[in-house]
Amino acid sequence: MRRPLTLKDHHHEQRIFSLRLLVGAVLVVALSLVLVGRMVWLQVSQHSRYTTLSDENRVQTQAVPPPRGLITDRNGEILAANRPDFAVELIIEQVPDLEATLTRIGQLVTLEPDDLERFHKRLSSPRRPWDPIPLRGRLSEEEIARLTVNQHRLPGVRVAANPVRHYPHGKLFSHVLGYVNRLSAEDLEGMTLTEQADYAGTYYYGRTGVERYYEHRLHGTVGHRQVETNARGRILRVLEEQPPVPGENLRLTLDMKVQKAAYNALGDRRGAVVAIDPRDGSVLAFVSRPGFEPNLFVNGISHQDYARYREDHDNPLFNRALQGRYPPGSTVKPFIGLAGLNAGVTDWEHTIFDPGYYQLEGNPHRYRDWKRWGHGWVDMNKAVVQSCDTYFYDLGFKLGIARMHDFLSDFSLGQPTGIDLYNESAGLLPSKEWKRAARGTPWFHGDTINASIGQGFMLATPLQLATATAILAHHGKQVTPTLAADELRPPPRPDIKLNDEGDWLRMERTMEEVVHGNRGTARVMAENAPYKMGAKTGTSQVFSVGQEETYNEEELAERLLDHALIISFAPVEHPAIAVAVLVENGRHGGSTSGPVARQVMDAWLLNDDGELDVPPPLPRTPASGESTP
Amino acid sequence: MSVRETLRQMPGQGGPSLGNGLTARLHLDAPLLAALLLLVLGGLTVLYSAGGGSMEMVLRQALRLGGGLLVLVVLAQIPPRSYRFWAPMVYALGVVLLILVVLIGTEAKGAARWLHIPGIGRFQPAEIMKLAVPAMVAWFFSERNLPPRLTDVLVALALIFLPVVLIAIQPDLGTSILIAAAGLVVLFMAGLSWRLIGLALVALMIAAPLMYFFVLHDYQRSRVDTFLNPEADPRGAGWNIIQSKTAIGSGGVTGKGWLDGTQSRLDFLPESSTDFILAVLGEEFGLVGFLLLMAIYLVIVGRGFFISWQAQETFSRLLAAALTMTFFIYIFVNVGMVSGLLPVVGVPLPLVSYGGTSIVTLMASFGMLMSMHTHRRLMSY
Repeated sequence: MRRPLTLKDHHHEQRIFSLRLLVGAVLVVALSLVLVGRMVWLQVSQHSRYTTLSDENRVQTQAVPPPRGLITDRNGEILAANRPDFAVELIIEQVPDLEATLTRIGQLVTLEPDDLERFHKRLSSPRRPWDPIPLRGRLSEEEIARLTVNQHRLPGVRVAANPVRHYPHGKLFSHVLGYVNRLSAEDLEGMTLTEQADYAGTYYYGRTGVERYYEHRLHGTVGHRQVETNARGRILRVLEEQPPVPGENLRLTLDMKVQKAAYNALGDRRGAVVAIDPRDGSVLAFVSRPGFEPNLFVNGISHQDYARYREDHDNPLFNRALQGRYPPGSTVKPFIGLAGLNAGVTDWEHTIFDPGYYQLEGNPHRYRDWKRWGHGWVDMNKAVVQSCDTYFYDLGFKLGIARMHDFLSDFSLGQPTGIDLYNESAGLLPSKEWKRAARGTPWFHGDTINASIGQGFMLATPLQLATATAILAHHGKQVTPTLAADELRPPPRPDIKLNDEGDWLRMERTMEEVVHGNRGTARVMAENAPYKMGAKTGTSQVFSVGQEETYNEEELAERLLDHALIISFAPVEHPAIAVAVLVENGRHGGSTSGPVARQVMDAWLLNDDGELDVPPPLPRTPASGESTP
Repeated sequence: MSVRETLRQMPGQGGPSLGNGLTARLHLDAPLLAALLLLVLGGLTVLYSAGGGSMEMVLRQALRLGGGLLVLVVLAQIPPRSYRFWAPMVYALGVVLLILVVLIGTEAKGAARWLHIPGIGRFQPAEIMKLAVPAMVAWFFSERNLPPRLTDVLVALALIFLPVVLIAIQPDLGTSILIAAAGLVVLFMAGLSWRLIGLALVALMIAAPLMYFFVLHDYQRSRVDTFLNPEADPRGAGWNIIQSKTAIGSGGVTGKGWLDGTQSRLDFLPESSTDFILAVLGEEFGLVGFLLLMAIYLVIVGRGFFISWQAQETFSRLLAAALTMTFFIYIFVNVGMVSGLLPVVGVPLPLVSYGGTSIVTLMASFGMLMSMHTHRRLMSY
């Protein structure tokens, strides 16, 4: 570097420097004023805004979900409860490294592939931010301890005690109670804003059955809690609390003893039993077999379990009692008989000769009776007791489909019974109008003849058959099957009046003979019975048999065998129970379904000593004032 | 101006006599020392709250501050001519170390800033440069006639930007900016022509956007983005700045009270004991607390300017002014970033933020200032 030749002018340098120092000082003062100005702006002008932000930071309003109402049978037996369950949950927003965290948790508690699968499924589905996602429930005490000790190494992971819906009787009530499972984003979308607010913090939502239908009553009202939290979401103190209103406890009309009897009597056969108290429409038993394990669904069913249910040919998820549409077969004969009597196309004395088939004039087609050689001379009583088809072919033809349709409609056939369950099937009560609209073909005489023995197009659910039986047993008094003990449901239509009210009693006596007469098709039911009952058997064809064939049961695949049905009521004098039983591919109504119906009636009508002891109808106190008796 | 007047009138100070008493014999400057001690004590008080009431943290910081004071006292004994003599060599050593950092530095948090020397431990050579760069530029100009000619300016710029670039590529944007500022202050104080200053400002305005797109690392760019629009990602990058503004703003005029700041106590405020400690002060002591802090800072800065003004030769003058100005830049950048005026660059609040090698460096610079002030009479004119 070149040395400067000039002498340093210290005085000049000092002057320059002092000036620059002054500029520096001015700059410092100016910049300081900028900082002070900024702080004044933040702390004075914007103070209230930032105070709000600060409070919003630390004070959080948490929704406190209400405990879901319990469900009991009519005697207070608990059918659905809430059980505390310790689960490890993750708040994703606070987990720094999800994979590492899952691995670490996996070292502390056993995680099945199912748990992880469910967790990832829930993680990828839309959810509320900062909502904890459960990873595994049913933690043991030791697992809880291990997680707690390692809490500091697992940010965003917590052990929570959540109430879990529990169905202590499992499959026994599965189809009637239904189940709850996790509230989904779709559920929330379908709600109004008020409803959404009410579901803040709620885990469960009724999915099927009673749980779904009475969701609004079982759910309760959400509570709120203002808490002070730190940045990690840990609650430091509760500032204010408005407790939730628990969901209502729901008492059902079901009777554990009757339900169990029905369930056990069906055994491993596919079928359904519906028992109704005709005095008030109480549903005493509502069974569809096979059932499913509702507890599997509560916290999200695994793929494996769900696939097993879906692939099961017995279709355990299908509610046969509510949605199964079956040809009612001969069980409609008492109703058709009443229709014929009421229309005047027949009377109790009228007889026909049954050669084993029925033919329309000028038509070679033979409508066959189930008894190949015929019943001989048959009147109404014999036609019902021995279930003569030919008599009813003749009666149905004379009655015509229009009158048949109208009369049977009054018994809730062809329309929903109005039970307090969703997705009830209406069955099918055919008419000329229906056939033209649905099939685009005209009505034929043959259609009427098939319908008069409950075959052809006619379809009914076991629930409809039980309801129709209850109406018949109470001489046309309408009932609506009801599951909630405090629900008073107005009858759907006026009571049925017959031209001769005495026909009710005579038809009942006739049905009594089906059980207690020596030629009755359900005489197997009468064995050692301490009370009298009425019944009508039915065998509905799954498979139609050709004109000149006799069919061999053994040769048919089991699934093509006839369904066995029975409708029954007891005691005959003052009916307190009406039962419909369906056994899929059970072949004979009397021998297969009859004993099932008998066991159900025994469970209701007999006391522990086997004596007749008819329980009084359930005292009904309406929950709301909307309906009056 | 009034501050400086006040300082000049303080008994035993500023006169031709060096005064008497312990401080004088130890070559210490009583007003500066008093202001520093006040700052340090206030800082520890805030730190106790910011650290969640951890006495351990306060003790460790006190220990570090004590060490810094020791360095201050030792450096105050060394006469300024020794600093002038050693400046080029320390600077050269610093540059070598910085090159070593680039080649074999230890990584921490995505940046290689540390040099690990067996037996000595690890340290950041960049810290040395905070003192060495202004000292070197001051030395360079003390050998030249002032105001500097263009060639001198260019040489000085080279001396400044060689280490600055080496630090910037570590990458450590905050430190490199501070060091560049320290060097440029010397240049400014030396009498850099206003025309060149104007030209440089225009050039900077043009260069800033280009820097943004072509020079900055992604993380640095995202900091600028966050600064420009913190609400864009309130849970992520913008979180710090939103929370610190909330803390300060909610403090109001008088604050929420010591240990009662919810933002910091409930962990909403990140880095509350280090870079963002000002937010704790603002929340708990309010505007009053902030003004007190600024008053203490300005006393220190004013005293620094006074020492610089009193200095008898170019090297001391320039270095004292640069060290004082750098100290203020620390304050401005930190307060500016915590209050949301400037992007977040890792600059601590001087002598208040917890930890960091900056305490030792700052105390060292005040030791050098005191040395310059107390050795005046011994200098030959």
